[in-house]
Amino acid sequence: MPQIFHRSTNTLAKLSIFGSIFVLLFVTWAVAEINRSSWNTGAFDEREQPVQFSHKHHTGDDGIDCRYCHTSVEVSSNAGLPPTKTCMNCHSQLWSDSPYLEPVRASWRDNKPIEWTRVHDLPDYVYFNHSIHVAKGVGCSSCHGRVDEMPLVYQAASLQMEWCLECHREPERFLRPKSQVFNMDWQQENALAENKTAEQLARGRQLKVDYKVRPRAILESCSTCHR
Amino acid sequence: MHIKETFPELYNIRRPVKREEIRARLEEKTGKEYWRSLEELADSGQFEDFLHSEFPRQAGEWDDEVGRRTFLKLMGASLALAGLTSCSYQPPETVVPFVRQPAELVPGKPLFFATAMPMPGGAAGLLVRSNEGRPTHAEGNPDHPTSGTPERPAGQRVAATDVFSIASILSLYDPDRSETITNRGEIRPYTAFLGEIRTRLDEMRGRGGAGLRFLTETVTSPTTAAQLKTILTAFPGAKWHQYEPAGTNNAALGAQLAFGQPVNTVYRFDRADRVLSLDSDFLSSGAANLRYARDFAAKRRVGEGKTDMNRLYVVETTPTNTGSFADHRFAVKPSGLEPFARALAAALGAPGVSTDGAQYANVPHAAHLFAVAKDLQAVRGRSIVVAGDHQTPAVHALAHAMNQALGNVGQTIVYTDPVEAQPVDQVASLRELVGDIEGGRVEMLVIVGGNPVYNAPVDLAFTKERLDKIRTPDGRDGLRIHLSLYDDETSELCHWHIPETHFLESWGDTRAHDGTVSIIQPLIAPLYKGRSVNEFLAAFTDKPEQSGYDIVRDYWRTQRLESLVASQPAVVAQATVPAGATHRDTSLHGGSNTQGAGGAAGQNAAGANATASPSPTPGASPSPTPSASPTPSGTPNASARTAAATPANFDEAWRRVVHDGVIPGTAAKERSVTVGGNWSANLTPAQPASGGGAFEILFRPDPTVYDGRFANNGWLQELPKPLTKLTWDNAAYMSLNTARRMFGLNENDYTYKGREFNAPLVELRYRGQAVRAPVLIVPGQPDDVVTVTLGYGRTRAGRVGTSTEDKPLGYNAYRLRTSDAMWQGAGLEVVPTGEEYLLAVTQLHFNMEGRDIVRSNTLGEYLSNTGDSSREVHGGPSVATHEGAAQVSGKGSHKEPGPNDTLYPNYEYTGYKWGMAVDVASCVGCQSCVIACQSENNIPIVGKDQVSRSRHMHWLRVDNYFKGLAENPSAVHFMPIPCMHCELAPCEPVCPVHATVHSAEGTNDMVYNRCIGTRYCSNNCPYKVRRFNFLLYQDFETPSLKMMRNPDVTVRSRGVMEKCTYCIQRISYARIESEKEGRRVRDGEIVTACQSACPTEAIIFGDLNDQNSRVAKMQHDHRNYSLLAELNTRPRTTYLSAMRNPNEEIHGA
Repeated sequence: MPQIFHRSTNTLAKLSIFGSIFVLLFVTWAVAEINRSSWNTGAFDEREQPVQFSHKHHTGDDGIDCRYCHTSVEVSSNAGLPPTKTCMNCHSQLWSDSPYLEPVRASWRDNKPIEWTRVHDLPDYVYFNHSIHVAKGVGCSSCHGRVDEMPLVYQAASLQMEWCLECHREPERFLRPKSQVFNMDWQQENALAENKTAEQLARGRQLKVDYKVRPRAILESCSTCHR
Repeated sequence: MHIKETFPELYNIRRPVKREEIRARLEEKTGKEYWRSLEELADSGQFEDFLHSEFPRQAGEWDDEVGRRTFLKLMGASLALAGLTSCSYQPPETVVPFVRQPAELVPGKPLFFATAMPMPGGAAGLLVRSNEGRPTHAEGNPDHPTSGTPERPAGQRVAATDVFSIASILSLYDPDRSETITNRGEIRPYTAFLGEIRTRLDEMRGRGGAGLRFLTETVTSPTTAAQLKTILTAFPGAKWHQYEPAGTNNAALGAQLAFGQPVNTVYRFDRADRVLSLDSDFLSSGAANLRYARDFAAKRRVGEGKTDMNRLYVVETTPTNTGSFADHRFAVKPSGLEPFARALAAALGAPGVSTDGAQYANVPHAAHLFAVAKDLQAVRGRSIVVAGDHQTPAVHALAHAMNQALGNVGQTIVYTDPVEAQPVDQVASLRELVGDIEGGRVEMLVIVGGNPVYNAPVDLAFTKERLDKIRTPDGRDGLRIHLSLYDDETSELCHWHIPETHFLESWGDTRAHDGTVSIIQPLIAPLYKGRSVNEFLAAFTDKPEQSGYDIVRDYWRTQRLESLVASQPAVVAQATVPAGATHRDTSLHGGSNTQGAGGAAGQNAAGANATASPSPTPGASPSPTPSASPTPSGTPNASARTAAATPANFDEAWRRVVHDGVIPGTAAKERSVTVGGNWSANLTPAQPASGGGAFEILFRPDPTVYDGRFANNGWLQELPKPLTKLTWDNAAYMSLNTARRMFGLNENDYTYKGREFNAPLVELRYRGQAVRAPVLIVPGQPDDVVTVTLGYGRTRAGRVGTSTEDKPLGYNAYRLRTSDAMWQGAGLEVVPTGEEYLLAVTQLHFNMEGRDIVRSNTLGEYLSNTGDSSREVHGGPSVATHEGAAQVSGKGSHKEPGPNDTLYPNYEYTGYKWGMAVDVASCVGCQSCVIACQSENNIPIVGKDQVSRSRHMHWLRVDNYFKGLAENPSAVHFMPIPCMHCELAPCEPVCPVHATVHSAEGTNDMVYNRCIGTRYCSNNCPYKVRRFNFLLYQDFETPSLKMMRNPDVTVRSRGVMEKCTYCIQRISYARIESEKEGRRVRDGEIVTACQSACPTEAIIFGDLNDQNSRVAKMQHDHRNYSLLAELNTRPRTTYLSAMRNPNEEIHGA
């Protein structure tokens, strides 16, 4: 019986065996990257809301503090979503007949809450606490990005565990003085970047001591976030 | 081909227990000193099975009736689709804020509200946690005389909870609760009901209401009693009857017999050095058990300089937790108890008891009687004789006479006004009602709560024929109305059924065991269109639609609440607080309302406040009324707290009592009564009601479903009953001797099919009635006595509690009960049927090899530091701190490894080092911790079939260890076993996916989202504390059950391993709160769920790095030891050995 394959196919076979390692590596890399991509994590995806509420306008232009609406961010795990009452504090006077605000007025009138679409949605087995992060000098913008520049809020980070651990492993890269926690402008260019400048690291290490940030072993323990 | 045929070995392991082996073992009397079950004692093959596998054999097998082909098809399909399951995309969620947010409500922070759960004979005060308006967990109110410790200074108060209060959360959300008002089976509006009774009442008004009858359970609520009295004034011909199947009727009759008047007895166990219980299970049942267990255990505890212990004698007819806890337990037949009590009373010279020498003839345990009498007399005024709620009135009277002879009255015994609003002989009351019905004198029967069709004695049964005799004088149909939580057996036979609101969704009031009133406040608006008892009774008054809130408030307005509160600035319940008790800091709950998730809330807040404001002036802080409550109570603003020393007006006083959970100064007044010399003149020795058989029968309320009212509560159904470890059923308890005689050595009397526990089914015949019941052998049961428990065999309870032909759930013991033998009788016939019945008994599940598990010593040994393990166990070392140096025991069989006996470098725990100490000497085995854990940690129930495969999910179990002979164990010790959180945890290295790992604070964490369900960890756990979700046990579908869950704990799904976390959510909460304040977590700030429920403070949690913490001190006690320490796992949970204080004069008892 004649040989089916020509001799040269040996080389081809060897090459493809060798090449398959790269293919596998590539596939692994691709899967990992797809997994991290905003397509999967939902980052940068602007969510449709029942009221076209603009953080850019209220925070950026009007300069309203985060805590005016998110009242429990310093005391509770939950930052708190403002009740309709908070909207009506101003909007019973301002733009009180704007058609944009009709859902708000309807809610106030009918005593029916507004149902917002959640933007930052952690899995149910993760227990995040806003108050402790704020108390230790983690700024709003470190996780939420420049909300004051978002007409419609989107998720600015992947919210994946590796992203959380970036800070839990090296909090000094992200800590800021407590007075600057609600400052959206703080180190704008670095907010979501590597944050490895010598200046930040030096300050972060000092803040870690000042704010008694707990050692890495504890911040990394599973039960810190999972219960 | 069936899978059964493919793998026959899986099915053919049905092997009988060799009775001969048991007998031989018993006769040798050289068996193990401690044992958990008869099978262990006999070292039978079945026991080996249980021992060697992580779960009993077949727990992990697929045992469904599926053929091989189907099996392969399913497997193929699931393999093919396996990859797809990971491709789920998180569904979009909405966030719904308030329209107007109540000021005190901070999302993510739980609120605590004081309320109370009404139970016959007295209520336990509760602090119920509310997460975003949903009640999720019940804990005790530290200021309540029953569940708390109001006599302690604020800040050191602790509270406990009983199993029923904790499980009431599940009852609230029970999807089977009745939702609609029905009239003859059709849904009607409430107005239609009001219309019909208005017409009827107008008709009856002319006759003075003759023919109107109310049947209630025991009423302790002052408001309800006042309402009923108003109604009875308006209708002078009407009558109010009370019937409670498992109440304290005999105690009331006993008081009547001894004193000629009804009085309530409050015991002061904190002052008693010697206690004799005449069949009383005061430590774990009855209205005041939380209080009594706490006082008794505190008096008993040694250590920290205290070297005296009380001594407990128990004479009992069927094993109870109290008997297990006794220093000397005497088992007697029910008929032998009264003679014993009479002889003892004679020996003590009690009034009204003949001192004739003939008394002592034929008395059981006569040999020890005088030793007991002498011991009691040695401590005049510091002893207690307590009679069981279900004992005969004569025994109660004898106990009163003995207490008087011992000088205990006014010292350890306080007599007060009755707690019941109107004490009556309830059996006589029911008999009168039935007589009236039979005589055609009833035309409208209003049944308020209760379930008499199910639980009335057979001779007074509410049959359809009997109820049909309820007619108007002119011969029309009468009216039968039933208010109840469920559409049950009684509702079925009534014309109108009105759904009742749960106590967590209605206003009301109730009394504690000492009479102190608590206002019941709702935590949530009624889930269904129910009515509270008060709202329902209002239908019979001129204000038929008055709200419950108004009714209760109006009543207390007429009682001049403000003067009650003002006259008594401190919450001092007279009968329970020693003179000089400090004032109460009422800002306590002000703190706890905003303090958080921990059960610690109450006491920690108090701690903080006590230091911040040393002023004893009680601040009247308003109770934040639940926002969900629809009542017009206003929305008290938390910031508007006024600190008035004395409330100026009713509203302030009201806010304060609602907030505090108790009304000061409402404890029942003390009464001075004496037992007359001739009380027994007319008393004929009780002749127990008799049938034709040779056995005596005892009726007891079930330890978990009580009188049947909790039959539809899955948590309680699945809670292993103390001592027997039976779940999902009741059984007929017998002694080993009796069962042996009855069944001989028949090979088939007990058989296992791998996992299943098949009990012989017998027919119990008693006075013309018969039921079929499985037999369970209970060590310590007297011979020829059969104990049956009430509450099972419900025919209309709900999807959990209903017993049907194909799916029986226990048997109905009420069918054997007659009104002249409510609690005991003679002449029971027991007829073996030759059939078997599957029982789900957890006694053998999760067994640890019979090593050095439980240790015990006597007071003498403890004081001379000789006892502990060296005497009692197989040779463990006597000092066993987990960091203790290696010590070789006397017998040399086990040694405790030293701190460096490990291959790995030791880890330095620099921050917190969490640990737990469990005092076996204080544990009364009440199981509150188990159910508190279930409620706090979202633990599912699995059902009888799954329990019988040992797949139950309780993170915490309470093991019983018997000592001595099976017929009459000399001691029983209870041992709660949570996860040990070993420093060198064997479960961790075997996990292939790092789903169980150690935290830097020493907790053994379980990461559910990593777990792939290999079960290697549980295989490697020597303590067998890991639980696996073999199937999807959580109910993710039923909407009402979603509201019940604790939002701070992950709800686990199928295929995931889980176990005790030390309530990591509470640790995290306290840690975060303390860090925000820049301090360390204080000792006592973290209270685990089990600890918060424990009535005897047997479980203590804290930081071992803090040398002053309670847990560190306990772990330094020389009674402290680690479980299976020789395995070098270094458990963080350690045990303090059991303690006994036996009387030297009594041997062998």
